[in-house]
Amino acid sequence: MKYVDSEQVHKKMGSRLLANNLAKTLFFLATLFGLVVLIVLIYRVLADGLGWINMDFLMNRLSTDPERAGIWGAITGTLWLMLVVAPVTMILGVGTAIYLEEYAAKGRISSFIKTNISNLAGVPSVVFGILGLTVFARALDLGSVVLAGGLTMALLVLPVVVVASQEAIRAVPQFLREASYGMGATKWQTIKNVVLPASLPGILTGVILALSRAIGETAPLVVIGIPALLIPVPDGIFDKFTILPVQIYYWTLDSALVAEYANLAAATIVILLIVLFAMNSIAILIRNKFQKRY
Amino acid sequence: MAKSAVQHDNKKLNVREIIQQKKKSRSVNNYTEKLIPKILFGIAAISVFTTIGIVLTLITETIAFFKDVPFIDFFTGTELKPLGENAVFGVLPLLTGTIISTLIAMLVAIPVGLMTAIFLSEYASEKTRKALKPLLEILAGIPTIVYGFFAFTFVTPLLRSFIPGLEPTNILSPGIVMGIMIIPMVASLSEDAMSSVPNAMREGALALGATKLEVTWKVVVPAAISGIIASFVLGISRAIGETMIVTIASGSSKNFTFDVTQSMQTMTAYIVEVTGGEAAAGTTLYYSLYAVAMTLFVFTLIMNLLAQYISRKFREEY
Repeated sequence: MKYVDSEQVHKKMGSRLLANNLAKTLFFLATLFGLVVLIVLIYRVLADGLGWINMDFLMNRLSTDPERAGIWGAITGTLWLMLVVAPVTMILGVGTAIYLEEYAAKGRISSFIKTNISNLAGVPSVVFGILGLTVFARALDLGSVVLAGGLTMALLVLPVVVVASQEAIRAVPQFLREASYGMGATKWQTIKNVVLPASLPGILTGVILALSRAIGETAPLVVIGIPALLIPVPDGIFDKFTILPVQIYYWTLDSALVAEYANLAAATIVILLIVLFAMNSIAILIRNKFQKRY
Repeated sequence: MAKSAVQHDNKKLNVREIIQQKKKSRSVNNYTEKLIPKILFGIAAISVFTTIGIVLTLITETIAFFKDVPFIDFFTGTELKPLGENAVFGVLPLLTGTIISTLIAMLVAIPVGLMTAIFLSEYASEKTRKALKPLLEILAGIPTIVYGFFAFTFVTPLLRSFIPGLEPTNILSPGIVMGIMIIPMVASLSEDAMSSVPNAMREGALALGATKLEVTWKVVVPAAISGIIASFVLGISRAIGETMIVTIASGSSKNFTFDVTQSMQTMTAYIVEVTGGEAAAGTTLYYSLYAVAMTLFVFTLIMNLLAQYISRKFREEY
């Protein structure tokens, strides 16, 4: 007498295995879905925009005539913005990270600051725009200039730098610090001469990622009030300005009226994506090249 | 060594002087040692001040708004006409717009994101995972303005070809695109949660004769459920706060409706519209900006705290 009816088992097993294979295919297709959209998106942008990119497009100022319009103003605006965002986030972010990792007692204050930073990371960017509009543009009376936009953006991307720097500082092994103390160095000398140089690649990676986030953000700057008008190319941090994503925004909105603006927007997107891709590649290169394992 | 000895001879340094110098440099050192932590604490406090700044500005201006518009009218009003003589401020059109776009986004992001996470964590080989993950990260790194362009110039016309009643600006297309934008976030957070489920649990189930699907569905997903739900909640928070996609593709009609083929405005898009216009400081329109921003801030804050609470409270330790 058989204890197991193998025919029954095969029948049951068959349907369970079939379900497994179907599910596997379904999960694979779901994974492909995101990638297919990515390919379609990039294909569409290239198809619409690639033909419009030439030196004139890069070097010309804004114009209502699509044939003559260029993004030189947006490019210089983006560069000026970076000149504000980079030092401000670096000082604030790295300073906060050093304080939290090296000085703060593991108590209420440091955990409060940590919770606060992780909550700040979840605040919608448009709310940062309101903060910038109220505090920098209106209360400090800067207006919608590079400095106001840059400070707003710096606060927005601050959590990225803080978290990356914290991880980099934490990864510096304790024996390096002890060796430094053993030589008679003080705490700040140890941080300055040992901890920071060792964690620099990680910090730089975080800063570059934060900058690329700042380059791609649109909402806060639109809220601060970058005009849709033709504005001059900025010469300093107290000038009015525009940046690539904001330019894309206005051209996309206007493409309902003038069809060519959609091409201009797509061409600007190509430039923006190239910049972001280059920055992220640099960040990965730094991480891979300088990452030390102790 | 010999050289420095010669130098000492030449300079004929007095031992007392050397001690004095050492003392001096030590006192400078002591000074910096005490000063530096204070400076760094000040820097760290700036992030706290930013939060306080956001909350204070929002609260004071919101209070000013509720002097003009009664609290009840704002939260129960189904009509929003911020411009003109007889301006009416009801937030419900914006709330429904926000909730509906978030719902559509999560209907896309949750199933696709979870299935992607399951595939990457349970089915894919190491090689496939290493190839696919960076590609998904690219999707996460694309600026939202690009998604907005994509929704407006590609997805809407595509949808209009088989949904005849769809308006040129509608809430459906930005909702779907927002969902696509959130897929990588849900996928990567859920995958992290599932990868941290120990292999012993999988092997135990496999040894009992379970198929891979049964292992995933009855062992791995329940074990990782807190992380998975936290990823959904964060996705919702992201969708509520997302601005550019809806600003571009869903129009600025303040319709109070549940019809997804129509144009609707979200809270974020309203903020962009009002600041982009010429809202003179001190007007009710200007204050309404802060009331809406405050509502938005509270919503996303609750979601973020909820996600933190879920992943902390229900985390299973193995």
